[in-house]
Amino acid sequence: MVKAFNVPQADETAEEDLKIIGKPFRRVDGRAKVTGQTRFADDVHFPRTAYVKLVRSTVPHARIRNIDFSGALAMHGVLGTLTGDELPEPFGIMPVSEDEHALAIDTVRFVGDPLAAIVAVSEDIAHAAALAVKVEYELLPTISNFDDALATPEPQIHDYADDGNIHKKVSLKFGDVEQGFDDADLILEDNFFYEGSNHLALEQHSCLALTEDDDRVTVYSSTQCPHYVHRALAKTLDIPGSRIRVIACSNGGAFGGKSDPFNHEIVVAKLALKLGRPVKITLTREEVFYCHRGRHPVQMHLKTGFRKDGTMTSQHLRTTLDGGAFGSYGVASTYYTGALQTTTYKLPNYWFEGARAFTNKPPCGPKRGHGTPQPRFGYEIQLDKAAHVLGIDPAELRLRNLVEPNTITSNWLRIGTIGLKECIDAVVKGSGWKKRYGKLPEGRGLGLACSAYMTGAGLPIYWNHMPQSGVQIQLDRSGNVAVFCGETEIGQGSDSVLAAVVAEVLGIDLKDIRLCVGDTDLTPVDLGSYSSRVTLMVGLAAKQAAERARDKIARAVGEHMELPQEALVFADGQVFPAHDPDKGIAFNEAVVIAESRFGTLGTTGSYIPPRAPGRFRGAGVGPSPTYSYSASVIEVEVDSGTGLYDVQKIWMAHDIGRAINPVLALGQIEGSIYMGLGEAVMEEQAFRRLPKRLSPALVHKMPSMLEYKSPGFHDMPEIVSYMIETNDERGPYGAKEAGQGPLLPIMPALANALFDAVGVRVDQVPIHPEMVLKALHEKQNGREARVGPHKFPDIDYGEPLIVRTPEQGGDGRATDDPKSKRKGLRSASGTMKERDDALKEKSSATLTTD
Amino acid sequence: MPSAQNGNGAGIPQGMTAAVLTVNDDMYPVVFPTHHTLLEVLREECKLTGTKHGCELGECGACAVLVDGEPVFSCLQITTDVIGKSIQTVEGMQNGNDLHPLQETFADLGAAQCGYCTPGILMVAEALLAKETEPDDEQITEALSGNICRCTGYNRIIEAVKWAAAKRRGDDWRPDEALFMGSEIPR
Repeated sequence: MVKAFNVPQADETAEEDLKIIGKPFRRVDGRAKVTGQTRFADDVHFPRTAYVKLVRSTVPHARIRNIDFSGALAMHGVLGTLTGDELPEPFGIMPVSEDEHALAIDTVRFVGDPLAAIVAVSEDIAHAAALAVKVEYELLPTISNFDDALATPEPQIHDYADDGNIHKKVSLKFGDVEQGFDDADLILEDNFFYEGSNHLALEQHSCLALTEDDDRVTVYSSTQCPHYVHRALAKTLDIPGSRIRVIACSNGGAFGGKSDPFNHEIVVAKLALKLGRPVKITLTREEVFYCHRGRHPVQMHLKTGFRKDGTMTSQHLRTTLDGGAFGSYGVASTYYTGALQTTTYKLPNYWFEGARAFTNKPPCGPKRGHGTPQPRFGYEIQLDKAAHVLGIDPAELRLRNLVEPNTITSNWLRIGTIGLKECIDAVVKGSGWKKRYGKLPEGRGLGLACSAYMTGAGLPIYWNHMPQSGVQIQLDRSGNVAVFCGETEIGQGSDSVLAAVVAEVLGIDLKDIRLCVGDTDLTPVDLGSYSSRVTLMVGLAAKQAAERARDKIARAVGEHMELPQEALVFADGQVFPAHDPDKGIAFNEAVVIAESRFGTLGTTGSYIPPRAPGRFRGAGVGPSPTYSYSASVIEVEVDSGTGLYDVQKIWMAHDIGRAINPVLALGQIEGSIYMGLGEAVMEEQAFRRLPKRLSPALVHKMPSMLEYKSPGFHDMPEIVSYMIETNDERGPYGAKEAGQGPLLPIMPALANALFDAVGVRVDQVPIHPEMVLKALHEKQNGREARVGPHKFPDIDYGEPLIVRTPEQGGDGRATDDPKSKRKGLRSASGTMKERDDALKEKSSATLTTD
Repeated sequence: MPSAQNGNGAGIPQGMTAAVLTVNDDMYPVVFPTHHTLLEVLREECKLTGTKHGCELGECGACAVLVDGEPVFSCLQITTDVIGKSIQTVEGMQNGNDLHPLQETFADLGAAQCGYCTPGILMVAEALLAKETEPDDEQITEALSGNICRCTGYNRIIEAVKWAAAKRRGDDWRPDEALFMGSEIPR
């Protein structure tokens, strides 16, 4: 019988007295990473491993006439070959664009497109044999970029495209856009271009598969999303998912580049099943450039209306995405070039039109910031231009437009906490903006830009009602706590977040936690390390599982001590009454009491994001439980004789909600700054095209790490990082994301700083010194001091979907699309069939968290 | 004196080499294709997978090891040229079960995120610290200019090297608190 005591409840003090959360601690995998113990996919070795090389297309677009393996098969040590006809089932990350085959069937679509595989006893032999394969092609016209695709509807790279070679078209109109422009005192219209770039993760993709039984296969891979690989393997191998085990090894960097299921993963799994021995592939750096899935090259036309006081009345954004040869995440990427435009500043009326083209190049996909850095680049430069025209300080102009907390934007995104004002204040004060902006000597300048990013996508890639993250905890009577979760460590510190949350709740040391992660056989599903979702979603699932474990132990110990369970505190490896800490018992003793009381101990936790208010087609892209915010000031010095410029210092303030581990969070902020700087200054996934009459060739300009420029030790300026803690109720312990958002302000802040320094605009990235020089020459010659695109393609985006804004009294649905009135289940993700099935199941209500 | 056997002798096929490598003071008897680089032999024959590859063209520095104390990109190093020399890899950095100061500071300061470039950077930094007890930013930048890291943005790595150098000297210097908790927000 539990007696009632008048004692302080443990929960009341817990929030203030955190032992691990918010403190800098060594990452749980830190020791393994500095000793070489971390096992990346290519570090996995099994006896009798055979090696695969992919035969890749040497032409950009062609039908395959014939593949001659005779030379390859004559080589000693070659074990076999594989072609696309043995893997006829298509796959692709988005259910709406399953357009890939593990090996090309009939048609190759870019230089590097795999069309056959060779497996041999050594990598050397596989390589030599792959080179000996003779392929006959029947060439098709080369479609080299968006404008080319628009002008060349035939032949179609994929026959399911919306229109010719335009893969996807989107037009979403929120509010009265025309009236908004009529109300404006100033309308600015600008064209921008953002070049594509590669993730350049240092680890090349690698994958090893081995069989255990007649039809069981285990796949080790460098993937960010083992769950999606699992699904793709089940589909393409045509065996039940229950017989496929995907183990995501720690990734040697990923940045979005390892979040698609890949053809090489399917090929090695298939070959392992054929050969009955372990089969491995590790891509060369050149092949990684062909896998790509990097930043889409995006052209933008941005038209915004301002009142004299700097507030905005309306915006019309048009984008084009050069998608490459496959869908990948491209449908989502297309929506993302418009979706988050409303999350920083109030835009009462907003029209977004986007189109993605298929082209004969490696497919583009998600890279850190996924689709949002490009429009953010244009937007923040245009705000700078508006500030100058209106005579308002650029920081002040932004402050006047800030989105209010706990509101819904014109495109139906729910904003919770917003620390953008604090972010702007911090970088303005830190950089001495008010005294220095516009007042530095010629050649030196400051630029400011801001951004927002999602903390996890609100919807899964494929439509379902299951948790997006699951955690299972097993308690051992030794006091060890085993934590199982499908999350994948890609360097961002997800293992440390998972362990920290569990250790905090149970009051134990990080060293008493054993993690088992990223293993589809052993761990509950987590959708993967993308969309900045892991800290929030895994964190909350872990918190729920740990709290359930704590409560169970507390109940047993409470009974044992004749105390209410609420009176017990879990801290420092002890369980003790809050009013009498000396009466405590060790955590492992508490587990023994609980196990004696309840039997074997285990708990689970799961997380599903709250439902978003938008109900129109396309409303599935953009919602997030909460948004992070960033503001940055960049200081630059320009040599006006050469156009060379030097980024001298970067101030960055990031609304992180709350830092679970400040050292790791700062690492994410700094890493984002670095990667943004790379895109701003030098990185480009560019292609070489010969004149059409000479050759159809379209090849990667620089598929090596030396030629593809990325910033080195010499290129980094001093960084000052401020973490703004807004403590969001929707995040674990208040946390938001940090891994992507701080990338976004860097490119426009640099462009704005160059303007402050020498009065020229460069409306494209990367910003090469010769562009600065050219703009300076234009200025000297009395022409517009600007380098950037002068026109935007003439595209028919189709009839817009009209959505009334919350301000207009809308209900989140489109007014002109009868289909979208169907029970609010349409979204940009999921096939119609899957959605219909989900509707039939009717299991939604019970699982939705709010 | 270790020796190499190349081709036909003692049952070694043409194009293969048999040798004993000295890695982290341990002896590794290995048989490998003669054209294979030190990177390949370390990873595939010695099973010392701590040394990484990012390009196999000498462009990223992930494969750096020390040969007779000098940093070498093992992806460009023909193995037959280092037989009989002292090779050091990340697996040999620890002192017993204790981490090397560089390993400690990299782990504690977040100078290793994904950890893939880390072994190469640690080896190059180790060679620097063997020569310079108190390297400055410029010397560290210069020494590590052949290494690429895509995660950290580099600045933390420089601070971690300085911190390790200080620990080695017995100096209690440590990186600015801003690197642990963020810069103080200006009010």
